[in-house]
Amino acid sequence: MMDKMIFGRYVPVESPMHRMDPRAKLLMVFIFVFIIFLANNIPTYVLAAAFTFIILRLSNIPARFLIGGLKPVFYLILFTFLLHIFFTKEGNLLFKWSFIEVYEDGLRQGIFISLRFALLILITSILTLTTTPISITDGLETLFNPLKKWKLPIHELALMMSISLRFIPTLMEETDKIMKAQAARGTEFSSGPIKNRIKAIVPLLIPLFVSSFKRAEELATAMESRGYRGGEGRTKYRLLEWEGTDTVLIAAIGVMTVLLFILRA
Amino acid sequence: MKNALVQLEQVVFKYDGQEQNAVDSVSFDIYEGEWLAIVGHNGSGKSSLAKLLNGLLYPQSGRITVQGQNLSEETVWGVRRQIGMVFQNPDNQFVGTTVQDDVAFGLENAGIPREEMLLRVDDALKRVNMDSFLNQEPHHLSGGQKQRVAIAGVLALRPSIIILDESTSMLDPKGREEVLGTVRDLMKERGITVVSITHDLEEASRADRMIVMNQGSLYKEGTPRDIFKLEEELVTLGLDIPFPIKLSALLQQRGVRLTGSHLTDKELVNDLCKLISTM
Repeated sequence: MMDKMIFGRYVPVESPMHRMDPRAKLLMVFIFVFIIFLANNIPTYVLAAAFTFIILRLSNIPARFLIGGLKPVFYLILFTFLLHIFFTKEGNLLFKWSFIEVYEDGLRQGIFISLRFALLILITSILTLTTTPISITDGLETLFNPLKKWKLPIHELALMMSISLRFIPTLMEETDKIMKAQAARGTEFSSGPIKNRIKAIVPLLIPLFVSSFKRAEELATAMESRGYRGGEGRTKYRLLEWEGTDTVLIAAIGVMTVLLFILRA
Repeated sequence: MKNALVQLEQVVFKYDGQEQNAVDSVSFDIYEGEWLAIVGHNGSGKSSLAKLLNGLLYPQSGRITVQGQNLSEETVWGVRRQIGMVFQNPDNQFVGTTVQDDVAFGLENAGIPREEMLLRVDDALKRVNMDSFLNQEPHHLSGGQKQRVAIAGVLALRPSIIILDESTSMLDPKGREEVLGTVRDLMKERGITVVSITHDLEEASRADRMIVMNQGSLYKEGTPRDIFKLEEELVTLGLDIPFPIKLSALLQQRGVRLTGSHLTDKELVNDLCKLISTM
């Protein structure tokens, strides 16, 4: 269960995107999320779609993972599409059937907005599909490092994130164990009226909370005994290496930005 | 010849809001290169003692000296690099997301340069036979493997003493053997001093020297052979005598002509075989 939920998101295959520096990927996604809103006509959308397509090809991710990523938002995309089709009443009338009228602008807007949605989802899922959670954490830590000047606890936040990631499977296992223990004592988790099922969560959550606090305390003791005293004077074992390809990726998204500015209507 | 690495003098410690002292004027030395076992039932003060040695707690009175240095809030970080601790729960001391990250954690804290870190992580993991698990995540490891990673994490800092605070109590017999075997090898190869805190007398019987704690004070000190002569006294302290010792005592009661006590299965079996062959 747990492998599918969290770690199934990262697909461990060999590809140019996998090898890239997480900072480059994060920056690229961040910029893409902004510049996709510059697109407002056919050439710009074609350009954005082409860029996404190239990134997808470079990532070697099997299509079923991408489709899996799009599935949860499919209805949202469909809904926005229909909304635009029925409620934008500008341009030429294309189609009329009793009270349903479809206008040219509505159709165009509908396609554009759904496409924008799909591209956004695809690009962001490429980030999580090709980068391990811990690399993303490392990338975020170095990217946000300058903010330390304003007393933002970047190191602490990154450590919190990596410890959370490390403990997710442990807590999942524990949840499973507690559920079995409570089921053995007669708690019904999966049947009965909804009110009872919600109530059944309580005997699951309380032991989980108690043991998490105990774990946290023991972990803090262990960290302290291993010499942890904050980010000051710490060296790093994990190394992020910025390579030529990373610069190329950033240059590509830069060129994209310029082109979108030129081509947009 | 015996060089005292750590000296405790009249150490007293009390938890806030408790009437009894958790550790009550305890004095002893830890010698270089020995395996010292500290035993006692729950609440005998043995775990508090471990935390005092590592500066996780500070005594109300008395002195703890580590390699001639008085343990205080100023010296504690240096002392922690000298004394590595392995705790009870294998999961709750695994900080890194992978095996190598976890071993590197202590080195990162100490500010060791990365090139040196790579060498030390590699070396420490080889030493505990976990070098083929470099990128493994903790939930794919067994308890014994996690404890060996914890030992590697301590080892990478090159301490002179390793404290095992009930480190084998949550492991199955196989895991326990793995961990104790690893520690024994380390002692031989690197001359590391081991302090194992445990309520398992079977584990303690392998030590060079034993300290029995009861209600916060030092009850008895001596070699395992001496301590196990106490038998009934140990049982009243809530400690369980190892099986070979119990069996040998019972056999002797029944008139089997065995002499002395037997600390391990092997000793007992050897003596019994000798006895049969002379019959």
